[in-house]
Amino acid sequence: MTVDVISPQIYLLCGVLLFVLGLHALVVRRHLLLKILAVNIMGSGVFMLLLGVAARGEGGIDPVPHALVITGIVVAVSATAVALVLMLKVKAATGLARLPLSGPED
Amino acid sequence: MPWMDVMADMALAPWLVILPLAGALLAGLWPAAARWWGLLTGLLTLPMALLLALQVHAHGPMVLYLGGWVPPLGIALVADGLASLMLLMTAGVGLAISLYALGYLTGETGGRWFWILWLWLWAAMNALYLSGDVFNLYVTLELVVLASVALVALAGGAAPLVAAMRYLLVSLLGSMAYLMGVALLYGSYGVLDLQGLGAQVALSAAPMLAAALMTVGLMAKSALFPLHVWLPPAHGSAPAPVSAALSALVVKVSFYLMLRLWLTVFPALPLPGLDMLMGALAMGAVLWGGLMALRASRLKQVVAYSTVAQVGYLFLLFPFLRAFPDGWKAVVFFAVAHGVAKAAVFLAAGTLQRAAGHDRLADLGAVMRGRLKTSFALGIAGASLVGLPFTGGFIAKWLLVQTALEAGLWIWVLMVLGGGLLAGAYVFRLLGPAFQPGPADPGQPLPAVMEWVPLALALLTIGLGFAGTPVLSLLTRTLTGGGG
Amino acid sequence: METGGHMLLLILLSSLLPGVAIFFLKEQQFALRTALNLGGASLKFLLIIALLVGVYRDGKTYSLSVNLLPGIDLVLAADALSLLFATLSAVLWLVTTIYAIGYLEDSPNRSRFFGFFSLCVSATVGIAFSGNLITLLIFYEILTLATWPLVVHRGTAESFRAGRVYLAYTLLGGAVLLGAVVWLTLLAGSEPFAAGGYLRDLSADHGPVLIMIFAMLMAGFGVKAALLPLHSWLPRAMVAPAPVSALLHAVAVVKAGAFGIVRVLNDVYGVDLAADLGVTLPLLLLAVLTIIYGSVRAVFAEDLKQRLAFSTISQVSYIILGVALAGPIGAVGGLVHLVHQGVMKITLFFCAGNFAETLGIHRVDEMRGVGRRMPWTMTAFTLAALGMIGIPPLAGFISKWYLGLGALEAGLAWVTVVLVVSSLLNALYFLPPILRGWFSRREGPWPDERHGGGRLETHWMLLLPTVAVATMALGMGLLASLTISPLYWVTFIVEFEYGYDHIWSAIFEWETP
Repeated sequence: MTVDVISPQIYLLCGVLLFVLGLHALVVRRHLLLKILAVNIMGSGVFMLLLGVAARGEGGIDPVPHALVITGIVVAVSATAVALVLMLKVKAATGLARLPLSGPED
Repeated sequence: MPWMDVMADMALAPWLVILPLAGALLAGLWPAAARWWGLLTGLLTLPMALLLALQVHAHGPMVLYLGGWVPPLGIALVADGLASLMLLMTAGVGLAISLYALGYLTGETGGRWFWILWLWLWAAMNALYLSGDVFNLYVTLELVVLASVALVALAGGAAPLVAAMRYLLVSLLGSMAYLMGVALLYGSYGVLDLQGLGAQVALSAAPMLAAALMTVGLMAKSALFPLHVWLPPAHGSAPAPVSAALSALVVKVSFYLMLRLWLTVFPALPLPGLDMLMGALAMGAVLWGGLMALRASRLKQVVAYSTVAQVGYLFLLFPFLRAFPDGWKAVVFFAVAHGVAKAAVFLAAGTLQRAAGHDRLADLGAVMRGRLKTSFALGIAGASLVGLPFTGGFIAKWLLVQTALEAGLWIWVLMVLGGGLLAGAYVFRLLGPAFQPGPADPGQPLPAVMEWVPLALALLTIGLGFAGTPVLSLLTRTLTGGGG
Repeated sequence: METGGHMLLLILLSSLLPGVAIFFLKEQQFALRTALNLGGASLKFLLIIALLVGVYRDGKTYSLSVNLLPGIDLVLAADALSLLFATLSAVLWLVTTIYAIGYLEDSPNRSRFFGFFSLCVSATVGIAFSGNLITLLIFYEILTLATWPLVVHRGTAESFRAGRVYLAYTLLGGAVLLGAVVWLTLLAGSEPFAAGGYLRDLSADHGPVLIMIFAMLMAGFGVKAALLPLHSWLPRAMVAPAPVSALLHAVAVVKAGAFGIVRVLNDVYGVDLAADLGVTLPLLLLAVLTIIYGSVRAVFAEDLKQRLAFSTISQVSYIILGVALAGPIGAVGGLVHLVHQGVMKITLFFCAGNFAETLGIHRVDEMRGVGRRMPWTMTAFTLAALGMIGIPPLAGFISKWYLGLGALEAGLAWVTVVLVVSSLLNALYFLPPILRGWFSRREGPWPDERHGGGRLETHWMLLLPTVAVATMALGMGLLASLTISPLYWVTFIVEFEYGYDHIWSAIFEWETP
């Protein structure tokens, strides 16, 4: 009985934690691959939160968040694919898989 | 009008998504004719958007459940005054961009990809404007981002690629923050559609956090100072039609989303200090963007920094909304006026750049003298950016000043007027080279459409100068949430 | 409401459309450009005459309104004051166009020049026919946009500097003006101009706000009228070609500012309310300061065009002085000076242009003996300068006479002292060039002589307009008592404005004993 109540809470907390970890890495890490991974981790955090929300309902499991997560994963995969291709192109063009420290202002 | 009643029975809204999407598909399947699909899409979408706006104006907001499925499982398309105005602006500017690209992209290898991505972007933007729930807004927002990032990268070369990467990362960060907000809202209220949320959202921690996350995420996407650094390189180094689409349309997408949220979902949240914070950032944007535009040495950089500055005005939304419920209309009119004018300026800049082979401001004099139509487009649209009379920009400035004065917010009056002076300084600086002594030289031969389209858009900004009343009247047909 | 509105639209378009067409002409298409220029200018002149006939003989009213925003219209309307200013602009545009064609012969970028020149005139006529404050603001801003290219026309570093200063002042003025107009519209709605003003009902509750708005309006219009301390763009703008200086300084820009001030004082606030609010006296003091300051600076300016520019600063403030006296006779003096100063100053600038273009004379000390070489131009110069000083029976005398009477009527006798001092200063800066021109002898060649050897002293397109405007300046003074004179016209306006119907006769009791 207690397990039923607690476990969604854990998912919620883990979700938030993952989101924050991902955010931290996205800001701190300079390598583009790590940044892209960080975005994915943030996304996983949100998905986990949504799953926790789904399990919290009274009358069984709420299907809507699951639909959201599925769609979200599809979106995340496409975004990751674009990001990875772009990273390779940046590497090919500049020789570095990272962004220059300051943007070209002029 | 009887024909309008007949049209009212037709569901126009889905076609505004289907048409560009089909265009993108056909452009992909039939690359040799990609440009003609693009043109056809533009030609068909504009009248559709116009009809939809007329219908909404006549009959009020329209909701359509796709396949008859009701939310939360089905998808609803909502066309109200605000959405149909944005669709109309996108269709007008979109048609201009398509026409311009016909001339700009002749014989380029990137041409095929441009058409697919651009029509895809158009479909995504239209879908976003018609979305009625927060999750669909997320999905369409991601589609917009992916298409626009790819368009920036299209130019190839190190600078555009780095700019595209930076843009993508900032956008993804913004999207994640937004998605987190969606999860929090669903977790709290169990609904996703804007109206449903608006009816329930009340003052508590979860929606406050959601509002903060979503707002900050969208701020980054709209390039509000100080989260603007990605914008000038991305908008400044992309091909001209792409720059125009990004600065005129894509920036407005995240603004629209923010407006929707605060108009429908969050009006019950007071968020103390948000209006002042946003106002202060807006002021920073206007000052910093204006100063950088004064310093930049390349034409397109100046225009891109001008976008940074003008985005600042969009965020006057917050102080205005707090002051009184109708305060947002001035900002929306500004967004439309800026969209048309900025597209004209970027397209004109592209023409001059092509003709001269570069866009160093100091050396553009001969080409500006040689291409009068384009220089005029630059001048008229520039006047709209400054807010000089007979342009949409003047009406927008008038409305902003009027709204700020009505609310007794002096500081924003000063900001709008001062920002106009800065804009005057950089716009007249743009025009300066044309008046230096020297010969007139049209430069490289160019298709005529590249001169006529910027001029047509510039004349449209003059048209907008007389469209204040109908636009405001259309905006009264907007769905708002919470108390109203 | 819409009666005869197409007439006003036609008058605007008669300079706008040729202007736009001229931009796209090639540099060599001299004949077509000239035809468009003169055709547009003549057409505008004829249309204005038709309008005058319609208004005064047939008693028609003309107005046109276009909706801009809910409750806010763009209104064009023809009343006596707007007809006065529009007629002045149309006549001077016609002569200046002829002059400019001669002046700019063989110089580059003429299509661009005449294009913006026409836009500038369209904006000025728009200002004249503005039927409410918003329309006035709109055309006032358009004027800024259209004159900047003329100031930087030569494209030198100096002209760009002047252009920057000009823009900084006028855009700032425009911004202040916009703030003021929006504010006033929020308070009072978008009312048409009405004799006696339309703000009386608000004054009880909003007195301080109205004073604040008045100050902002004066600042906004004061920039173009070169009211102290907003004057310093004007002497710098002298880098522009002579026809621009002539039209800018005689008619378009400075007069637009002065006209705006007259409109606000007469038809928005109304002189009574303005006097009750206590805003006329500060305005009067500012005008007096500007008159003295401009004259003093002119005395010390050695460059002829600079001297004329400072003189303009001083003379335009006579107009403001006149209306700020808040009495009918002073208003007659101020408004009639709007016309008189315009005609006299354009004569002086044409002469300065002739000297520079024909002999390369730019400085006052180079004018020695020019009277023998160019007697016609020098005669025109002398007539206009003596008029400016206020020697009877020239036009400037009429203005100063009524200003003085107006000051006495308003119980401000000290203002007459100012007028006398200013006239002495005028003499101090206008007599030296006249004396040198006629009575000194030239030694050595002219600085840069062109147009030599012809039968005329200079190109006929330069000489004819100069003689024409000088004759006008003379006629306005000599024939002031005729019913076609500007003076008669102005008294008609003032009678209407102040609700008197006996000023004309009252004046001529003074005039003809």
